[in-house]
Amino acid sequence: MPMKPQRKKRLTAILASITGVAIVVGLVLYAGEQQVNLFITPTEVVAGKAPKNQTFRIGGLVKEGSVRRSETSLLTEFTVTDKVADIYVTYDKIMPDLFREGQGVVAMGKMNTEGIFIASSVLAKHDEEYKAPEVLDALERAGHPVDKNESNKKGE
Amino acid sequence: MYAEFGNYLLVFALFMSIALSVFPLAGTFLNKMPLVFSARPLSILLFSSLLGSFVCLAYAFVIDDFTIAYVAQHSNSLLPSRYKVAAVWGAHEGSFLLWTLIFSGWLLSIALVGKNLPAKSYARVLSVMGMIGCGFVSFLLFTSNPFERTLPFFPIDGSDLNPLLQDFGLIIHPPLLYMGYVGFAVSFAFAISALIEGEWNATWARWARPWTTAAWAFLTVGVALGSWWAYYELGWGGWWFWDPSENASLIPWLSGTALMHSLAVTDKRDSFKGWTLALSLSTFSLSLLGTFLIRSGVLTSVHSFTNDPERGRFILIFMMIVVFSALVLFIFRSSKVKTRANFSLVSKDMFLLANNILLIIACFIVLYGTLYPLIAAFFDRKMSVGAPWFNMLFPIPSVAIFILLGVGPLLNWKKHDIRKLASALIKIAIISVVVSLLSVWLLGDFYWWVLGGLALALWVGLTSFYHLGNVTQHAKGLKNKLAKLKAATIGMVVAHVGVAVLLVGVVLTSYYSVEKDVRLASGESQTIGQYRFEMVKVEELRVENYQSSMATFSVYKNDNFLVNLYPEKRFYLAGKQVMTEADIDAGLFRDLYVALGEALDNSGEVWSVRLYVKPFVRWIWLGALLMGVGGGIALADKRYRKLKFKEAKIDIPNRESGSVDSSSELDLSDDVAVKQ
Repeated sequence: MPMKPQRKKRLTAILASITGVAIVVGLVLYAGEQQVNLFITPTEVVAGKAPKNQTFRIGGLVKEGSVRRSETSLLTEFTVTDKVADIYVTYDKIMPDLFREGQGVVAMGKMNTEGIFIASSVLAKHDEEYKAPEVLDALERAGHPVDKNESNKKGE
Repeated sequence: MYAEFGNYLLVFALFMSIALSVFPLAGTFLNKMPLVFSARPLSILLFSSLLGSFVCLAYAFVIDDFTIAYVAQHSNSLLPSRYKVAAVWGAHEGSFLLWTLIFSGWLLSIALVGKNLPAKSYARVLSVMGMIGCGFVSFLLFTSNPFERTLPFFPIDGSDLNPLLQDFGLIIHPPLLYMGYVGFAVSFAFAISALIEGEWNATWARWARPWTTAAWAFLTVGVALGSWWAYYELGWGGWWFWDPSENASLIPWLSGTALMHSLAVTDKRDSFKGWTLALSLSTFSLSLLGTFLIRSGVLTSVHSFTNDPERGRFILIFMMIVVFSALVLFIFRSSKVKTRANFSLVSKDMFLLANNILLIIACFIVLYGTLYPLIAAFFDRKMSVGAPWFNMLFPIPSVAIFILLGVGPLLNWKKHDIRKLASALIKIAIISVVVSLLSVWLLGDFYWWVLGGLALALWVGLTSFYHLGNVTQHAKGLKNKLAKLKAATIGMVVAHVGVAVLLVGVVLTSYYSVEKDVRLASGESQTIGQYRFEMVKVEELRVENYQSSMATFSVYKNDNFLVNLYPEKRFYLAGKQVMTEADIDAGLFRDLYVALGEALDNSGEVWSVRLYVKPFVRWIWLGALLMGVGGGIALADKRYRKLKFKEAKIDIPNRESGSVDSSSELDLSDDVAVKQ
């Protein structure tokens, strides 16, 4: 069936608007890339792979005996380790309920010029036996894999 | 015994769903009317067996039957009895049983209400629902059976329900949310049935409309309840975290909102048909995708269902079958669906088209952000997409939607002379901007987003009321004016005002909330704005099934005593879990929120404390509630209840003669299209 000119015009308009929308969406998503947070292991941070002036996440275990609390404020200092490299972290807000030495933790924040990780948020999983996949991955990449069946078993 | 009975009922439900997917549909092809009419009793049997099974599981919880593994893992003899019932849906297996039960409830409603549909269409819709039900019930039976036993070595006591879930929110949030999620299965089944039949017209759309609106209203309220629950229960004081579990409900909500509006066009104008079909198919597919993402554990979220790759695989395969068959049907059959589009740039049709495109863009953004970590993982990059990403992108289509929302309802279908509206719209725009400028000036700190957000909210609200005035302008006196209003119009206005209320809540809470994490000892206080929070004392208490450190806070406003707040840190004895229980002084214009962090010294006198003053946060849920209520009001519209099918006349003699040439039905639809 030959297209009526009016219909053709409408089709062109629709196609043009779809293309326009697609371009806008593409650009917007491209711009949004900057807001995405990379996950980096302590070993990679020490190797200098951490982005400068950008928020990223690190994950690992809270090193035994590393947690120190301020006497006057909420400031807490601790070390996150993947059993190869250690990263010194500071955090001045309320710690999650499950934050404990030897437990898995994921912190989001930025590196300052002295190589201290200033966390803006700290996550410890709700479930005691559960380790965040990021933490397992960090340990694995550093050559200390945890048996996933062992640590992810829950409610069995 | 009753556990086995519940299990048998599930098996029975599986057979019923298989029968329902096969017989009525086969009947429509083979012209065997007894098979076609089997749809109704099969639907009733499917629902009854699932209800029976659900009651069995609930009974097991109430009597503390720890020989059932699911009960043993998610309940405890100390658990208060109201939570014992709610605990049925406190974890994966039981919540999926509830999900399936609610699904069969929708199925039953179609079976009971849909008798005025043409017999074959009725059978087809129920058969498609039966197929979906078959997937759900086999998922329950083969990967998530809640009736598995712990015998012979059953535990003496259960390991307790996650304390986060021991809350009123658990009682109402999942049932309402699931009502919405699986409610979209109805419009999906309608679309599939229409594609099989090769006919999709305005009458169909009118039939599918109230179902979609109902599902949407439930989903809206369900999502809002989830947000409210997370706000007071998780102890972070946020109302939306862009967590995958939240996104999983927002994605079908956005698609469903688009569907609801597109159905209006198909209903009133008999156009947008292919688009409406596509949205019906995608909305339910997105519901399933959300289910897959959350229940398979591929994304980490606050809803930590047990990671079980087998379950993930099952849902993934089920979802692929659903999406693939829907897609194939759509590609090969949707050309049968004739659409005529005939409207100018300024018309209700055009604005609803724009609404749909923008909602789909918003839906795509949330979907993309949620799936991005999965996509990146394929390329061996570990990353997360957090709130800043969503907060940057999501407002872009939203702002455009709000602007158009002010105009769309005022327009006529097909064509509208904008000059007739221009002066009124300009006046409303000026009022909106001036009033929001004044408000921002009163509030103190200036933010562009607050100015813009308030102006948009006023714009949406005022144009909605202007619309009400417009519709009733020829009637004299309030009584006549009200009589002139259709339920659908009132519903729409209420829902749109809800959007405005929600928007006010979002911008004001986001920009004017004050949040402070502080270290406080008994007797010390902290001031936020006009409010002074004094920590009076912290006591140790033993309550029901937990041990509590309960603090007493006295809040003073400008040095006048206002209220006492009692936030708690709870230690649940059975599961040995720690829980933060915030205390909130709720108000229409501000919430005062206090949550305990942890004891900072051994005496238990010094605590880390989280203090919030959150202006207008209630407006967020109030707005969402209004949207849901608006949907409910629209359902009461008379026009949905006096549906007459012209096809019914054709079907009735066939029902008696028992022979229908299905191709003649298709010819008919083509005829109609040609005439148009």
